[in-house]
Amino acid sequence: MKKDIVIAGVGGQGILSIATTIGAAAIEMGLFLKQSEVHGMSQRGGDVMSNMRISAQEIYSDLIPFGKADIIISVEPMESLRYLPYLSKNGWLITNSIPYNNIPNYPPIETILSEIKKLPNHVLVDADNIAKELGSEKSANIVILGAASPYLDIPFEILISAINKIFKNKGQNVIDLNVKALEAGRKHALSH
Amino acid sequence: MQKLLLLGDEAIALGAIDSGLSGVYAYPGTPSTEITEYIVNSAIAKQKGVKAKWCTNEKTAMEAALGMSYAGKRAMVCMKHVGLNVAADGFINSAITGVNGGLIVVVADDPSMHSSQNEQDSRFYGKFALIPIFEPFSQQEAYNMVHYGFEISEKYNVPVMLRITTRMAHSRAGVVRKFEKEQNLLKLPSNLKQFILLPVIAKKNYRKLLDNQVKFENEAEISNFNKYFNVKDKSKGLIACGIAYNYIMENYQNNNLPYPLLVIGQHPVPRKMIQKIYSECSEIYVFEDGYPLIEELLKGILNIGKPIHGRLDGTLPRNGELTPNNVAVALGLEDTYGQAVPAVVAPRPPSLCKGCPHNDTFLALNEALKDYSKGRVFSDIGCYTLGALPPLESINSCVDMGASITMAYGASDAGLTPAIAVIGDSTFTHSGMTGLLDCATHKANVKVFILDNFTTGMTGGQPSAALNKIDAICLGVGIEPEHLRVLKPLPKNHDENVKIIKEELAYNGPSVIITRRECIITLDKRMREKFIKHN
Repeated sequence: MKKDIVIAGVGGQGILSIATTIGAAAIEMGLFLKQSEVHGMSQRGGDVMSNMRISAQEIYSDLIPFGKADIIISVEPMESLRYLPYLSKNGWLITNSIPYNNIPNYPPIETILSEIKKLPNHVLVDADNIAKELGSEKSANIVILGAASPYLDIPFEILISAINKIFKNKGQNVIDLNVKALEAGRKHALSH
Repeated sequence: MQKLLLLGDEAIALGAIDSGLSGVYAYPGTPSTEITEYIVNSAIAKQKGVKAKWCTNEKTAMEAALGMSYAGKRAMVCMKHVGLNVAADGFINSAITGVNGGLIVVVADDPSMHSSQNEQDSRFYGKFALIPIFEPFSQQEAYNMVHYGFEISEKYNVPVMLRITTRMAHSRAGVVRKFEKEQNLLKLPSNLKQFILLPVIAKKNYRKLLDNQVKFENEAEISNFNKYFNVKDKSKGLIACGIAYNYIMENYQNNNLPYPLLVIGQHPVPRKMIQKIYSECSEIYVFEDGYPLIEELLKGILNIGKPIHGRLDGTLPRNGELTPNNVAVALGLEDTYGQAVPAVVAPRPPSLCKGCPHNDTFLALNEALKDYSKGRVFSDIGCYTLGALPPLESINSCVDMGASITMAYGASDAGLTPAIAVIGDSTFTHSGMTGLLDCATHKANVKVFILDNFTTGMTGGQPSAALNKIDAICLGVGIEPEHLRVLKPLPKNHDENVKIIKEELAYNGPSVIITRRECIITLDKRMREKFIKHN
């Protein structure tokens, strides 16, 4: 088992929660793991990405080589396209369809979505609205993780158990909301 | 034993705690910040009474660590690469005094300048100071090296450097704890003159340091961190420093290494090991994340030996970090690439947060300067450097910590008056205060804006040494009370703020304008914590 995952978004959108959850699941499965992330200046509203590598074998590079990522998980549609050089031929792109517009020249969303739809393996998920319907706008990132879950090779119950661990300190209510978000995202991806 | 998932920075921190650390001193700087942050927040460190302190700057941190070492205890000082420029005086001289308790200087370099002004390679500083240098390739090795580094430091009474780069600092992997050492007891140096660098003593100490070089080299020859992998095909020989090893192995999965490989994790360079690979192989490839230090040594000025490949001959890019891809190309392997980024994707540079006080400061400054010619605003290192980007485009320089004030001073002497300096609160106490003293002493026509947001923002909101002290410092260095102005940067105060700034621009002499409002991020964090407590 080996998955190279690019997690993308805008600084402050919570991509680290996605990485941490996958990380906790990988640890539970006894897999090797390397996860690199961006700190410092770019966190201020700039584009951010995390390289997440999980494998049954020892992992060497902290960075995923170009063209070798199995999955791009993105919290923002334009950001998902920024990392296409990393995506392998048969790789999957899973992204939020709702833009985060903090720049003056954000392109029309239709052109972004049509670029995404050109890819043979993609899942577009309206994570913001799904999260809102569940009553937890902050869980949009976990909805997206749920949408990516069918492609991760991680048993779903292990992801749920990881959510329980990651949000343990925030109380049962937050855990339940995030488990619901995870399930809703997965359902969306599977029904697509 | 259970694996912990730790950043390279955190592995170093835990390694230090488990090796009997008594104190860590640092000024925050990407990518080194998380080392000290981990120890500050560590329950184990707290329970063991480890001192974990944010200092005013890297120099004060370096010297505090040296003082703890003088008293016989193990100390660590952490900084980003450019921080070592600030700490250089104490750092170089600590090699001459030598240490008593073990002393590790951790320096995190930032090749590719993800969050820095340059990509200088700290190994040159370590070599310059004539001290052993360690460079890990994995988080586990980083943990182990701290323990070993303290041992070497105490064995030879010498400070040692632990050098990492961004991808080691900010990447997580499994780490197993291996050590549990008690702290040293308070014990002064057996020779109480060891730390007095009067020429007569410094000469002796320096001689000892020079004599130790061969011992340091012998340590490197037998070190577990320097490894030679022998392979039959000797048409190429590979030398890898630190994480370069990972990129090579990434390209030769399942240990299918086709050529001999020498991994170097401990300096001074193990001469005999290098001789071995050089004599056995037809040509040598050198992989270093940073400057071509070993490559240059091997080539020498004359470059008359076997072919040496690396950054100097274009086999690898001369600048920027190593990646699995550029290492693949250097090894003659296929370069991989997914799809091009669609043209429609727009760049998304970092920007000031919504509601950031710096934004209001710059808007007021821009308006107040409307009638002056452009190009007179010298700035500094911090979130406010983002004021360089559109739509604000408020600043004209960003060089090093504190340079805003002193450059404005020099430019005002050249006739660019009034010259403006923009500096944050933490940067001001780090290295701006002395420059302000220059301005006051020489009555320079410089307008210093101190953007006081009560925190060290860019690195994640560490405490600012300047808190509640800026006004007194400014008055203390000789700023006239009537030209020390305090504004609250808020949209509703815009007109009033512009008016006050204009008044100071009209004054021919040094002024300080403090724009004071809490960082929006720390305010948000504080409010959330308050909310959680009340629930």
